[in-house]
Amino acid sequence: MSDYNFAYLDEQTKRMIRRAILKGLAVPGYQVPFASREMPMPYGWGTGGVQVSAASLTPDDTLKVIDQGADDTTNAVSIRKFFEKTAGVETTEETEKASIIQTRHRIPEAELTEDQILVYQVPIPEPLRFLEPRETETRKMHALQEYGLMHVKLYEDISQHGAIATAYAYPVKVEGRYVMDPSPIPKFDNPKMEMAAIQLFGAGREQRIYAVPPYTKVVSLDFEDYPFEASKADHACDLCAAKDSYLDEVILDDAGNRMFVCSDTDYCRSRRDAGHTGRLGEEAA
Amino acid sequence: MTPLLQVQNVAKFYGARIGCTDVSFDLYPGEVMGIVGESGSGKSTLLNSLAGHLPPDQGEVIFDTRANGPVDTVTMSEPERRMLSRTDWAFVHQHARDGLRMSVSAGGNIGERLMAVGDRHYGGIRAQAADWLGRVEISESRIDDRPSAFSGGMQQRLQIARNLVTGPRLVFMDEPTGGLDVSVQARLLDLLRGLVREMGLSAIIVTHDLAVVRLLADRLMVMKDGRVVETGLTDQVLDDPQHGYTQLLVSSVLQV
Repeated sequence: MSDYNFAYLDEQTKRMIRRAILKGLAVPGYQVPFASREMPMPYGWGTGGVQVSAASLTPDDTLKVIDQGADDTTNAVSIRKFFEKTAGVETTEETEKASIIQTRHRIPEAELTEDQILVYQVPIPEPLRFLEPRETETRKMHALQEYGLMHVKLYEDISQHGAIATAYAYPVKVEGRYVMDPSPIPKFDNPKMEMAAIQLFGAGREQRIYAVPPYTKVVSLDFEDYPFEASKADHACDLCAAKDSYLDEVILDDAGNRMFVCSDTDYCRSRRDAGHTGRLGEEAA
Repeated sequence: MTPLLQVQNVAKFYGARIGCTDVSFDLYPGEVMGIVGESGSGKSTLLNSLAGHLPPDQGEVIFDTRANGPVDTVTMSEPERRMLSRTDWAFVHQHARDGLRMSVSAGGNIGERLMAVGDRHYGGIRAQAADWLGRVEISESRIDDRPSAFSGGMQQRLQIARNLVTGPRLVFMDEPTGGLDVSVQARLLDLLRGLVREMGLSAIIVTHDLAVVRLLADRLMVMKDGRVVETGLTDQVLDDPQHGYTQLLVSSVLQV
């Protein structure tokens, strides 16, 4: 047994966070203030997500941590290690085996089930922030459902770029009530938010928790003549040939060669294990 | 005819000091009311109290709403009052920067009120924005420029377009020509007069510039130290001032 309390935080703190989570689930999309703690990592590294994960973890859970879809990047590795050390829970890279998945800026490609919880790391929870800097005013706008300003942002996109150019952190309306920032996930992931798993959002620096319960209606905002489109790079994965996954573009050399690979590393690996091979697949395998 | 706005005994105090007190008047549809007075006479306090920006300490401000007839806007619920201020009311600030979103394009500024009342058709919003730019004499080619790239007079005209796009029935104006040079002022006044007549707007204009009210206002209210000292038809008050303060005010205007 380590010298840490289970999952680092003390029990009172976890109770406080759980209360905020329950309130968030009861009022989908509403940002619940909570007394965010200092965590042994800098703000912006997922302190909110880590606190939500810590409050949700039980000793029987299996944890998966992803950063932009990948299991093996710094942020994912260090948070996974953090919970291995402080909670002693099992960890996995396989989406299906995990009961809690903490994510930074992606939703896994594999469909999530009712037995899973998806925890998002959120940098700025307030979708109206860049249009209205006053917190008192944005709260009032949420309370009175005055969301016209959100469309002003989309209007500006179309007038400047000819299409809605917002590609990530695309605002959604939850269950016909609150407009919510889905954290900086690509808008490709927006339609997936109507899922079976519980989705929890933690913003550590901004001290907000919000949630989307299973099977909740999540609608991406748009205009009648410029409907929402879940976009991705128009390629197949060069490693596993998947056409339906969100892709990262990787520059290979100075001669303009590039490859597109699944941003979800676990999805890509499992497809390659199942025998799918993409354009550049052989060398990698 | 029912008055569009009935103001009864409105008072606003800042602690023991009087902001404005004992103000009562009726404003009928299509009528333009001017409020003049020196700095600190309570003009802006009164205007802000009427427009719902400051809660008055006393009195009633009864507005003839489209749906429910005359309703006291002071005791009205906040969502209703905010809805009113996005639809049937408009507020033109002295400084265009207070009334515009400086980081949003001209088209977005005009479209904001439309989107706030539920318009979700980009093409429609843009067409209306372009139409309104034309009506306030701003070239349509400037539709995607930010207000920060506009001159002071253009900003003020943009602010007016942004406010009038939802077809309000009552416009509050706080020194709409303040800080503009005289030729720009003249054009703005001309534009305002045209719009007011054309749309049948009622307006309450606060100003210290007597020329503005001479041109725009049907009726005039003169304020001093938070109280109304004289009211009447504009020409009557300006040509035959009765109260000593009004006489002083009228005689203070420089003749060129």
